[in-house]
Parts: sequence; structure tokens; C-alpha cells
Amino acid sequence: MAAERFSWTRWWAIVLKEFLQLRRDRLTFAMIIGLPIVQMALFGYAINTDPRNLPTYVVSGDHSEFSRRLVSALQTSSYFRVEGTLPDAASADRMLRGGQAVFVLHIPPDFSRQLVRGEQPALLLDTDASDPLAPGMALAALNPIVEQVSRETLAGPLSALAPQPAPFSVMVHRLYNPENNTQYNVVPGLMGVVLTLTMVMMTGLAMTRERERGTMENLLATPVRPLEVISGKIIPYVAIGMVQSTIILLAAHWVFHVPFVGSVLAVYLVALLFIAANLTVGITLSSLAGNQLQAMQLTIFYFLPSILLSGFMFPFRGMPGWAQVIGEVLPLTHFNRLIRGILLKGSHWGELWPDIWPLLLFTVLLMGLAVTFYRRTLD
Amino acid sequence: MTLAIDVAGLNKHFGARHVVKDLNLQIGRGEIFGFLGPNGSGKTTSIRMLCGLLTPDSGHGQCLGFDLLREHREIKRRTGYMTQKFSFWDDLSIRENLDFFARLYQLPQRRRQVDAALERLGLCSRASQLAGTLSGGWKQRLALAACMLHEPELLLLDEPTAGVDPSARRDFWEELHRLAASGISVLVSTHYMDEAERCHKLAYIAWGQLLAQGSAASIIAGQALHTWQVSGAALNREMARLQHLPGVEQTVIFGSALHVSGRNEALLSASLQAACAQDQLTLQRIPTGLEDVFIHLMQSITDQTQGITDWTQRAPDQPAEATDGR
Repeated sequence: MAAERFSWTRWWAIVLKEFLQLRRDRLTFAMIIGLPIVQMALFGYAINTDPRNLPTYVVSGDHSEFSRRLVSALQTSSYFRVEGTLPDAASADRMLRGGQAVFVLHIPPDFSRQLVRGEQPALLLDTDASDPLAPGMALAALNPIVEQVSRETLAGPLSALAPQPAPFSVMVHRLYNPENNTQYNVVPGLMGVVLTLTMVMMTGLAMTRERERGTMENLLATPVRPLEVISGKIIPYVAIGMVQSTIILLAAHWVFHVPFVGSVLAVYLVALLFIAANLTVGITLSSLAGNQLQAMQLTIFYFLPSILLSGFMFPFRGMPGWAQVIGEVLPLTHFNRLIRGILLKGSHWGELWPDIWPLLLFTVLLMGLAVTFYRRTLD
Repeated sequence: MTLAIDVAGLNKHFGARHVVKDLNLQIGRGEIFGFLGPNGSGKTTSIRMLCGLLTPDSGHGQCLGFDLLREHREIKRRTGYMTQKFSFWDDLSIRENLDFFARLYQLPQRRRQVDAALERLGLCSRASQLAGTLSGGWKQRLALAACMLHEPELLLLDEPTAGVDPSARRDFWEELHRLAASGISVLVSTHYMDEAERCHKLAYIAWGQLLAQGSAASIIAGQALHTWQVSGAALNREMARLQHLPGVEQTVIFGSALHVSGRNEALLSASLQAACAQDQLTLQRIPTGLEDVFIHLMQSITDQTQGITDWTQRAPDQPAEATDGR
């Protein structure tokens, strides 16, 4: 039946209408451009998984050269910022409780004497582990510092007490991000986060807006088909998504100096696929929601797990199996791997495929769902 | 005459509410068919079922020769539907709205057709004005122009003249008659009696039930009402008194006069003549009007269905006091 076929004229009518409405909606337009810039500036500079200069206090009963050297070595490592000394353990406890100190180093009174006697005395480092991530990197740096200090101090006649080098050594190569630069991880990840938020929200509102304004009734009374409406409404947002991607990529390159090892074409193709996946989510939510407020709530409901379980904020491999399964369903998880793979590792298509087919599958399934949920009548 | 709309037994429920009950409707081609009834009587629901926006729970029929349930795409293609509330895009200009509709209906020579529509509307100079900034009358004209663009064979108009000034209403009806003369069938719902009288045929619907259908004259004749006009002083008080006289079924104040109607001509005449002579009222026999008939129809259905529809009113045998305490 001729009337049942997809009509490009009707589809184009929807596309044009959406573009016109978008152009008139200045605030939304400003948000589309402003949101990626603000988020980049905010998160790109703010998020740092390698915290340094953590406030440190010393409770020292031993004023030897060893303790002086240890404190200054901590300071120069840049992980610890030695704020001063404290008279006793009670005041140290107060500082930790009050949050003024993250670390308190206790050096017992006759530490250096015991050290010289070979009694292997212990130092105590109290740390505020209520946020386990904050002291992590500093603690990892601690043992090498101590080793270094011991070797330097226990020279000459005391060299027998110095730690013996291990019979073998482990070389660590930090590939793709040798300086452990958080921005290299966060900034490409932000691209996915910004796209998820704007794409899902904008299209989430697209259909409910028609319903709330009563224009849906008019649209339903015309011969336009669900697929024409849905795909037509999506197109302008694809363009918006590409503009946002470009803004973020430019900022990543010029402002944050994120390496760009892979191909630009690959980045854009992957971004296009990811945008499509998010738009189908938005349109599906839009078909489910009764009004714009509900659409917003559903967007948030979708957005939170996307951010928390996708490996954008917390390591994906740190999550239990069931959470990883949820994460694998979310497009942002795959996009994060893809974009980091292309930008930092220069992955080629074969290496990208394992994260591309889930996105393709997701998009096709959700599109089907959106068309199914699209209400053809006012019932 | 072939029928533009021929439906039988249409029913629609919204939850527990039975909104349209066994609707039968026959509308001829080139006919202006008026759809009347109080608010919430099921007019909009009926119209929406006819243009495929709502699926009837039961019933069958055809619209322009296409099956109402299976071929609503064909029906939509040939029907213009004007919603009760203005439902064009406020943030698109007049021309953009018309362009959008022209594309949706895949009109050939779109630009020329839209220009012609703007010309007919007299809106050429304001074509780039946003639709949301138009006044009520202009919005209505734009809506009519847009749903006429694809030259439909059937127009479904849901209270098109609500909130429109009298002169714009007159223009609108002249346009409708022109369209009907060119063979277009029109189903129009309205609350205005003067508009009802301009229709070729009428249907009166209340609480989802079609109470009368036919020409204005046949609907009036069908109720077999006889009406007298009573005028004089203190009509409100007179109304209360006259209501209880034998033969009086209905008293309605029309401006400065009282219309008293009843089916038993002789009884009513005798009662009124006696009452008017006593109170020095002027009595005049008048032809029964549409409005008298509709009020009569409303009353008869209210009397019939009161037990079902009026939940607030308890039956006298129910112990209402017991629940109220004291």
C-alpha cells in the first residue's frame, strides 16, 4: 500500500520544523553551546584523581637527622604538605577529626637510637581514610620515599642497616598516559557525559512538548508516520551533538593538551553512533513520559547510572560483576572506552569493534522501542 | 445522496466512564452537519473517533467510503480536522505553519498553494508573524486555512468559533457554506443556536447519547412541543408559579419573555390562559424554537439518567443521616 511507505517529504517537513523551532528557542540554543564549555572548564580543571599537597602534621619525639630528612623528603614528594608539628597524640587526633589534617606522622622518642641499634623501630602514619581515594596515591608514594631516605641517611658505618635492594626489580611503564594526568582521562570522558545529558534531555522533551502544547493532536490527525516523526525529530539533535563534540575536541586539544593519537574520522563516526544511541533513549523516554517534568525525571534516572557505572568517574573494573553487567548495557561505557582508545591509544577499527557493536545493537533496539511506544492515537 | 460519514454503534469508555454510547451518525456529502450538546457530552470524543485519533471500543462504519477502524490513514489523508484548542505551532510563523502542513500532506506545487492560502486568508502581509502572537479570530482562520490546504473532502471542526467575535463568526460561516456548496462535507460542533440554525442537519448529544438527529425543522417537529411566550412583570416569580400548572413541562426565560412549552396543547393552553388573565400577563403563541427543543431534550435525559449519573444525590431510602452523625 503506497500510503504506508516512509515519505521523505513528510520526514523533511518534521526536520525543518524542528530546526526552525530550535532556532527560535534562544535559551536552549545558548545551552547547547554553553553547556559543553562550562562543563569542560569546570570538570576538566576540577577533577583530579591524583591529589597532592595533602595537609600533614608531624608528632615528633625524636629530633634526629633521620626524622628531619624524612619530613623534608615527604614535603618534596609534593604529595604531602607538612603544615607543622604537634605536641602530642591527642592534638593529632583532634586535627584528624576536624579534617585539618589528612596525615599525621608519629616519630617515637628514641626512634633514631633504636634505628642505629638495629632494633627495626616502627613509624606510625595516621591517615583520614573516610575518603579512601584521597590518600591513595600519597600512600603509594610513601614506601619509596622511606627507602630513599634510609639509603641516604644510613651511609658509612651504618650502611649495614640500610635496606638491601630486592634481588630483582619491577619496571612499570605507564602506557598512554605516562604522567598519570587525570585530564587525559576526564576530558574525553566529559565528551560522553555532555552528549548524554544534552541529547537525552533535549529529545526527552521533544515529544512531550508537542503533547503538552496540544500540537500532538494536530500532528496525529495528519498522515505522518511514527518513524517519520521520530527520526525527523532526531536529526537536528544529531547536528547539535556534532557541534558539541567539536567544541569538546577542540578544547581537549588546545586547552588540556590531551593527546590525539587516533584518527579524527574515527572519533566523529564513533561520536555519531553514540549520539544516535542517546537520541533513541531520549525519544523512548519522551514516548513514555506524560509531560515534560516526567521526561526530565526520567532523564536524570538514566543519567546517574550512566555517570557512575560507565567508568567515567570510578574504575569500571572495580565494580562487582552485576554492576559491570549494568555498565555494559549503557552506551556511555562503550563510548568512554572508544574515545579513550582512539584519542590516547590510537586504536584501529578492529580494536574498537567490541565496543561498537553494542552501541549499534542498543540504537536499533531502542529505535524499535521508541516506534512501538509512540502513541498513534490519543487513547 | 452518498454519505460522507456513516457510522453505527460507536462506543467509547475512558476508564469506568462511558463517554459515547452507541453513536449512529449519517452525514451526506456537501452537507453542513451541526453537532450540539452540553460540555462533556462526548462531542469531541465522537469527532476524534471519526478522524482516527481515538479508537472506538466497539462499533463500525465508514468515513468517505473508508473503513473507520482499518483505513484511518486514508481517512486522515482526505479529512481536515480543526481541534477545539488552537493546536498549531506558536513558535512558527503563519507561513511556516502552512508550509509544514503542505509538506505533511505532500502537496505538489507547495509554494504556490501556500501563497494562495495566504491570499485567501488575507494574511500575505503578516506571513512571517509568529502564530502565537495572533488574536483568537486570526488563529481560527489560520487553523481553518491549514486544515483546508490539502483540499479535504470532509471537514471536522470542533467548536471552531468558541471565543471568536460575531463578525468573524459570520465570515467563518459564510466560508463554510461556500465550501459545502463546492461539495465538501462539514461536521461542526457548536454551542451557538444561531450557528445551529445555519446547519443543514443537526445532532444533539448529551451524556454520550445521541438524542435527536435531522434537520432543524424535523428535530423541532419530532419533539411535538407547543410553546407560548409569556411577557409581563416579575417573570421570575411567575416562572415558579407557572411550572406547577397542569400541562406545563418547561419554562425558560429568554431575555424579557418567558417561554412555556408542553406536549399537551389543549391542557397547556387552558392553564396558561387562566393564569395570564389572572396576573395580567401577555400571552402569545409562538413557534417552538431549537433552543426550547434542546432544553427539553436535556431535561428528558436528565430525568431518565439521574439515578445513574448523579452520584451526589442519594436515593431517599438510603440512611444519609446515619453517616453524617448526630
